[in-house]
Amino acid sequence: MVTTLPSDVSLQLGSHCLNSRLIVGTGKYATYELMQDCLAVSEADVITVAIRRERLVDKDGRNILDFIDLSRYTILPNTAGCFTADEAVRVARLGREILEGLENPGANWVKLEVLGDTKTLLPDPIATLQATEKLVADGFQVLCYTTDDPMTARRLKQAGATSVMPAGSPIGSGQGILNPNNIRICLEYLKDGDPTYPVIVDAGVGTASDVAVAMELGCDGVLLNTGIAGARDPLLMAQAMRDGVRAGRSAYLAGRIPRKLYATASSPETGMVGSVVGRSV
Amino acid sequence: MDIQVTINGEPQSVPEGTTVAGLLRVLGKEPRYLAVERNLELIPRSRHAECVLSPHDEIEIVTLVGGG
Repeated sequence: MVTTLPSDVSLQLGSHCLNSRLIVGTGKYATYELMQDCLAVSEADVITVAIRRERLVDKDGRNILDFIDLSRYTILPNTAGCFTADEAVRVARLGREILEGLENPGANWVKLEVLGDTKTLLPDPIATLQATEKLVADGFQVLCYTTDDPMTARRLKQAGATSVMPAGSPIGSGQGILNPNNIRICLEYLKDGDPTYPVIVDAGVGTASDVAVAMELGCDGVLLNTGIAGARDPLLMAQAMRDGVRAGRSAYLAGRIPRKLYATASSPETGMVGSVVGRSV
Repeated sequence: MDIQVTINGEPQSVPEGTTVAGLLRVLGKEPRYLAVERNLELIPRSRHAECVLSPHDEIEIVTLVGGG
């Protein structure tokens, strides 16, 4: 008999329907060609980019857009490096202008980052909330990078965030999910009465087991960059992250066994060779 | 006659009457990859050809780069 596995639903992020639950960044690659290959292996539909001044002196400089298939990927522009709500809103609008010109579906959303300081790159929760309100009012679908604090997460959702994206640990730190209990509470609060509300772990994941943990907790996706781009073999890590997301998602849907202190035998405890019938061992 | 403007933080002189579209042409950049602000105001692509630079304008020209 052939049994078919239950199929998973796609990840709906606002108006965007994603086949992959892995969103990857495009930063820190040694070459654009390596980035291209890693994006392909990751099988992500959505890739993040940053917005920066054009280098005016470098006329032959290559542009990342020459290496991105705009018909294949939905671009998610970020506001990385912004430290105030006004800066983030300004950068988000510039990103939208470029993506509208490119006719990429990513023109209607933004990955909002409003940072508190350069040492931790932790988000400024108040400025993030202010920027979310302004961007939502301006018609953006806002994907909010935030801490794993459940109260902040709840306020961001109330402000109209399309997705709340708690950090597992600081950006690029590779420390993984430092406080799974906070992520659990974020999930419980954000999905209360709204089970399809998307929650994505953004930042801090260092290896495949980290993304699997995020997915097993019940997160809807993972966004990462450095974990792949900074690996010794980025291409192989792109594959590992892809598989880690899938494994973690399947395990979440399958429902893990409860943790117990003592053993439970997997093999039958009766019918042992040499046992005497009627006498317990 | 040239006028002085600031482009991405650097002082530049451009001929009087230069438009945003003309500026991008001179810089040799693919305009589809760029967004332009003048004095903190975003100039949509549809207005690049009609937007004439004034002396002391602060112009920002941005593009997409790799990021996470």
